[in-house]
Amino acid sequence: MFETAAVIILLSVFISGARLLKGPTVFDRILAANLIGTKAIILILLLGYIYGRPHFSDLALVYALINFIATIALLRFMERGRLD
Amino acid sequence: MEIKLILSGIFIFVGCFFVITASIGILRLPGFYLRLHAGSKADSLGQTLVIIGLIIYEGFNILSLKMLFVIIFIYIANPTAAHAIAKAAWVEGLKPWRKRND
Repeated sequence: MFETAAVIILLSVFISGARLLKGPTVFDRILAANLIGTKAIILILLLGYIYGRPHFSDLALVYALINFIATIALLRFMERGRLD
Repeated sequence: MEIKLILSGIFIFVGCFFVITASIGILRLPGFYLRLHAGSKADSLGQTLVIIGLIIYEGFNILSLKMLFVIIFIYIANPTAAHAIAKAAWVEGLKPWRKRND
């Protein structure tokens, strides 16, 4: 069950990666990168259950925080041209 | 035990359906704001359903509490990121998609 779900999530990561590669504007790429990052949270949780180590949920929590901050920082840089 | 497994499987695969629908919408829709619409709402619903399925499979302990924190954070962070992307694109001057023949 977890293996099948992980394969489906991985397939959707590849479909989003196509938009990441061909997006016309930079905001398409930022959107696709944000989506791939939030799918990686689910993938880390499922991978923990596949390998029998469910304590990977700490990693998932930290990854969620870092992904959100990365998206906000990238958008701030796009809007103002600097990060402060 | 069996009913818990079946219920978590149903939640996980419905969530996978929503996630892959959001990805196809990201790839296929014509305009940027339409893609943002597909990617922000359906994707957070699908991820939440997958994590709810994992919580049902796990039971009630400290791990499921951490996964509940992940759900709460997704529901705070994902609409905020979508709003920030839309505002940045609008400030940049990106026009919404229209049909050609109007």
